[in-house]
Amino acid sequence: MHKALNDKKILFGLDYLKITRYYRKLTFCFLSFFLSLIVGISFLPYSIYALDFKKSSPADGFTLLHTERHALPIIAVTLLIKASPLNEEMQKAGTANLTAKLLKEGTVKRKSADIGEEIEFIGASLDASVNRDYTTITLTVLKKDLEKGFEIFSDILLNPTFSEIEIKRKKDLIKGALKQSEEEPSFTASRVFKHKVFGSHPYGRLVEGDTERLDNIQRDDIVKFYNEYYLPKNSILSIVGDITGSEINALLNKYLKEWFNRQKNKDTISKSPLSNELPNTNTPPKITLIEKDISQANIILGHKGISRDNPDYYDVIVMNYLLGGGGFASRLMKVIRDEMGLTYSIYSSFAANKEPGEFFVEVQTKHELAQIVIKEILKQMQSMRAEIIIDQELEDAKAFLTGGFPRRLDTTRKIADFLAVVECYRLGDDYIKKYPEYINNVTKEAVQRAAIKYLKPDDYVLVIAGKKEKIDLTNIEQTKNIK
Amino acid sequence: MQQIVVLIILYFLLLPAAAEPSAKEHKLDNGLKVLIIEDNKSPLATFQIWYRVGSKDEPHGKTGISHLLEHMMFKGTKNYGSKEFTNIIQKNGGVDNAFTTKDYTMYYQTLSSSRIHISLDLESDRMNNLLLNPNDVELEKMVVMEERRMRYEDDPHNSLFEEVVAASFKVHSYRWPIIGWMSDIAAISREDIYQHYKRFYCPDNAFIVVSGDVSEQSIIPMIKSKFGQIPSCRSSSAATHQTAVSERSGKLDYIMVEPEQKGQKRLYLKKEAELPYMLIAYHTPSFPHEDSYALEVLSIILSGGKSSRLYREIIYEKRLALNIFAEYYGLYKNPFLFLFGATASPHSNIEDLEKAIYEEIDKIKKEPPAIKEVQKAKNQIESSFVFAQDSNFSKGLYTGIFELHGDSRLIDKYLEGMRKVSPKDVHRVANKYLIEDKKTVGILIPIKK
Repeated sequence: MHKALNDKKILFGLDYLKITRYYRKLTFCFLSFFLSLIVGISFLPYSIYALDFKKSSPADGFTLLHTERHALPIIAVTLLIKASPLNEEMQKAGTANLTAKLLKEGTVKRKSADIGEEIEFIGASLDASVNRDYTTITLTVLKKDLEKGFEIFSDILLNPTFSEIEIKRKKDLIKGALKQSEEEPSFTASRVFKHKVFGSHPYGRLVEGDTERLDNIQRDDIVKFYNEYYLPKNSILSIVGDITGSEINALLNKYLKEWFNRQKNKDTISKSPLSNELPNTNTPPKITLIEKDISQANIILGHKGISRDNPDYYDVIVMNYLLGGGGFASRLMKVIRDEMGLTYSIYSSFAANKEPGEFFVEVQTKHELAQIVIKEILKQMQSMRAEIIIDQELEDAKAFLTGGFPRRLDTTRKIADFLAVVECYRLGDDYIKKYPEYINNVTKEAVQRAAIKYLKPDDYVLVIAGKKEKIDLTNIEQTKNIK
Repeated sequence: MQQIVVLIILYFLLLPAAAEPSAKEHKLDNGLKVLIIEDNKSPLATFQIWYRVGSKDEPHGKTGISHLLEHMMFKGTKNYGSKEFTNIIQKNGGVDNAFTTKDYTMYYQTLSSSRIHISLDLESDRMNNLLLNPNDVELEKMVVMEERRMRYEDDPHNSLFEEVVAASFKVHSYRWPIIGWMSDIAAISREDIYQHYKRFYCPDNAFIVVSGDVSEQSIIPMIKSKFGQIPSCRSSSAATHQTAVSERSGKLDYIMVEPEQKGQKRLYLKKEAELPYMLIAYHTPSFPHEDSYALEVLSIILSGGKSSRLYREIIYEKRLALNIFAEYYGLYKNPFLFLFGATASPHSNIEDLEKAIYEEIDKIKKEPPAIKEVQKAKNQIESSFVFAQDSNFSKGLYTGIFELHGDSRLIDKYLEGMRKVSPKDVHRVANKYLIEDKKTVGILIPIKK
């Protein structure tokens, strides 16, 4: 959001240390703004960006995507594995994340220290992370060190040892990080909000799991998870940069052949499917206050939303852009920040995941103003439903969403990730070409229909972290069930 | 862990990006310098305008005024209404933002290169025609106070950072937070902001960096036509603080010199938090000081990734910390700090953690690092340099950073200096700057109500 960079040390010179948090915050904002609609990101009026990628399947069920970019001697590799909390047992929440985080902590031929040392010596980066829907292993490396980098990449993919001592160490670090995250009021509010919205569904918890259930995870669980899901037929490999098709073939032959032979027959399916039903409209709002000795109320308000394959997805994107996804172009920002001066940051987002994710509005304001802000949010949600938007608004939203495409693909790393994600959500090989059409076909009426269908100002979950005694919600309807 | 990852990302940002192709320079008659970096990899361009004013340049009692002015720059001019700036950029498929640091304020837009003229229109307009509507000033002060609450009051680590920096400097205005003290923000008037704007926002106190799919031949005339008529600080009668502006360069020349620290300073902050956290700050010189290169290499050896000394010893082996960093802030205009920071892990205590950090400092003071360690740090610098060239924004950023230091081509000097660093240099600077009596230590003590 505007001026979000203030006081931050991202650039030399700044006053800032808590980079972790900052990034989380920034990422959050930007994600909500641009990526929230996760893969919706692709608008492509430029033929140069028809992004000439090649798609092939060098192993059964395995997809390889490749784009050549020779301007710089760098290569970005993204391996997307369809393994996430959707595949975990609830009592062992955090298994997917723990598995990914242990890949770099030791292989048959390398100790944890060796992996860090060798990767850092060539100035490359190698990371593994998990989100709601999938795991990614990414490598960014200079051309001259490609062979070395890819060899280590393949080593952590094929030969992780998951040693007991590293498991213990990693669990402790994750638990510590979870504890530390609670210092951030918006983190706590968001964690509780997701739980209220999704209950026991995997989307209702943190990808990292929680302290108690991390203890339930044994080495066998990790090995089993790895064996079941870390398979070629469950994966998409995207390679972008200064590398040709034949160079890729040589690398795959040399380093991934063994992996390609590891196919198993077992299908990988989500173990905890979520019903696609939206919340009942008759239940009262669920309000939760979390006591924190802080100076602002951290507010999250929302409810269950849509999945990425929802046919109304593009209507929802445009609608959310106008409501709160479009930064200063959005109504929430215009009214609550710009006209009323009640907050620094406010935005709304639809997390369109594999299964329906959440819709939410997040805002921070002085405790005493919490009620006014919440009422204004609800009013804006109502008005999106009640009134048809004007032509200019629709045009502006479309212009941003379609015109901004090249920025989504302006670095090697972004292209590598983008291709893998488009493939994962099955958006189609012509997705880039079609995107402007998808957006331009959205009508004012469709935006209103989407608002009516997917915004529930009478049936929301509200979570506030702050000083309870200073928060007055008496004017908000149905506050009986404050906990 | 996450912190480590982020620190690695930081290297990408901390290290130079732009040298090839180097920026083409132009100077307008009113003193406005323009740097163009042509790159046609994608049909985009980033326009950046840098003003040489940050929180260090603020009058006493008006801390945060540079940042508040940055906010007001989006609130309308004689020609465009409040927030119209951003709306126009967005409806053209672009994004824009701005940030303020202790040394400078930078505004940028990223757009399709065919629409970059929009940036020129809007930025030239607000350099000269800012409205500063009194009602908007009052509203925006409220917004900034909310920002301060969010970023500082309610963030224990940032709060500690504010405390440690304030204690490290007693003379230099680096001691002030960029966002300003709460009571100062409340007291700033419309007139104060107007004076600050008139004093610092003029062509000879700014420069432009355009990076991306643009051609020098076509964009320079466009910039001249949009910015060329704006009067310089020297010729502007509205500037009320002429004496502070050098006749020669249009820049502020007065540099506050922080006296030598003689004896450790120690402070404690008690605040709602989950885990103890600490910061240790040492005074260091800034680039282009001859020691700045070795200090950068030192920080990478100590905390550049999971194979770095602090991670290996204190997080991995001793398990005393959840995250840790050693960061050299070497690209400030004036001497700033070399900082260590760490969060204690849930089952350790902050005293052991502090001791462990000093042990690592002592190690590198006793014995030079291995040649391989130094080489690894240099490789990280070199690769970051290449990776950063993949983005128009980061290329522009690094060009701008070195321009602030006097010349965008200093980036070459910086890289060259890094390449020459030897283990002995690292050892020498560790002994010269990481000194017991010159440090300021801050400890966050978590309290729970």
